[in-house]
Amino acid sequence: MKKFISGNDAVAEGVRLAKPHVISAYPITPQTIAVERLSEMVEDGSLKAEYMHVESEHSALAAAMGVSSVGARAFTATSSQGLLYMAECLPYASGARMPIVMMNANRALATPWNIYGDQMDSAMLLNSGWLQVYVEDAQEALDMMIQAYKIAEDSRVLAPVMVNLDGFVLTHTYELVEIPEQTKVDEFLPPINMTEQVMRLEDPKSLCISAGNDFNMEFKIKQEKDLHASRSVIKEVDKSFGDSFGRYYNGMVDTYMLEDAEAVLVTTGSVTGTARIVVDKMRAQGKKVGVLKLRYIRPFPEDEIRDLLKGKKRIGVIDKNISFGYEGTFFTNVNSALLSLENAPESYNFVGGLGGRDITKDNIEEAFNTLLNADKIDKVNYMNVRCDL
Amino acid sequence: MNRPKVKKWQEPGNVDAYPIGATCPSDHLVSINAGWRTYKPVIDQDKCVMCLRCFLVCPDGVIDKSEEQLTIDYDYCKGCGVCAHECKPKCIEMVKEDK
Repeated sequence: MKKFISGNDAVAEGVRLAKPHVISAYPITPQTIAVERLSEMVEDGSLKAEYMHVESEHSALAAAMGVSSVGARAFTATSSQGLLYMAECLPYASGARMPIVMMNANRALATPWNIYGDQMDSAMLLNSGWLQVYVEDAQEALDMMIQAYKIAEDSRVLAPVMVNLDGFVLTHTYELVEIPEQTKVDEFLPPINMTEQVMRLEDPKSLCISAGNDFNMEFKIKQEKDLHASRSVIKEVDKSFGDSFGRYYNGMVDTYMLEDAEAVLVTTGSVTGTARIVVDKMRAQGKKVGVLKLRYIRPFPEDEIRDLLKGKKRIGVIDKNISFGYEGTFFTNVNSALLSLENAPESYNFVGGLGGRDITKDNIEEAFNTLLNADKIDKVNYMNVRCDL
Repeated sequence: MNRPKVKKWQEPGNVDAYPIGATCPSDHLVSINAGWRTYKPVIDQDKCVMCLRCFLVCPDGVIDKSEEQLTIDYDYCKGCGVCAHECKPKCIEMVKEDK
């Protein structure tokens, strides 16, 4: 069945199909309509779940951890400053290896604050031990809600997943979205079946124990090893999802007209869609441009980046975030993956979209033309600014 | 004395064999925990009136009342001194560990 819905609605539809036992959320700006829709679904009985109206984002994730600790399926959602308020709980959830799924609407941080989209919030939490996936459109948002539980709950992964949607551009705009059939989703995503670290009345556990300087490091190394190993599960799940539903997302990364491209823009999230259209236009003019879309930022697709960008002349990494005092965060990550390449491509940063500033087709065309033609390019370039810098 | 039991942990030789997540069965002690004590409480049994105030306030539950006299489990007493501070007959003395 097809529906004309917003990104928020698509998330709610995906979560309904994934049948979480408990949804915990706090309804305040910058929260999104996704959790409002879910509360309506619980109210009308179309989603048989407990809806916990908690008192803060910090509590929302703490509640989700309680749910996960007894082996049930938990969902929460947040955004922007809400994610940062929740931040203390994020490494607890990942260290305790709880397969919680969270939607994050990527929105600007204070201050000056607004409710529009950029990726400053999730970029700040790359080190929290969560898988981070960035979706391009509402369909991918819905599909990733289902995939995310499958990946998170896999016994080889057991890690929480943050599904990132660009605030406003993706959360609040409407698209035609295919809603999968419940029976097919049930087949793809069986009920959660955790065997490790689950608390039962007859087998009480101590959660989130401390480990001193004698053992702490090994716990962290194990967590790191398993997050690296999740790459193969991500690819498997994407493949089996495609086999069941006919939509493949190519696992860790996606590409568009990349093979023979001389200038490549590396993207995440919804700006990829705009870039695809610009590539079509420029290809028609005979310009060899292409796109590498990073779907996952954690685990980081380092092998894919090396394989796909090997031999390219110039690349530009679009960042909707700044790590103040350095450069865009994803730019740093991409460059570190390229380090081991001989004759690595020249790499430049295009920072844009902060506080919801548009990244237009013209801006992307300009970036491609800079990569194709400019003699000398600044390391960091700002897109669509309104005055001299 | 009703003391917690230390269960020896079979330390894994490979990091893959570590527990998944920081979760373990409750009441799972792998070591005694008294190393940070500078002063230890010593009960003067002649002056003790068995009012059990120390038993009630001890934050670590290391004071045992199951026998005729109170005893302190020094494997888990952290030497905070709350018992000595709260003892009305002043029969608990904090004694420096190196003495």
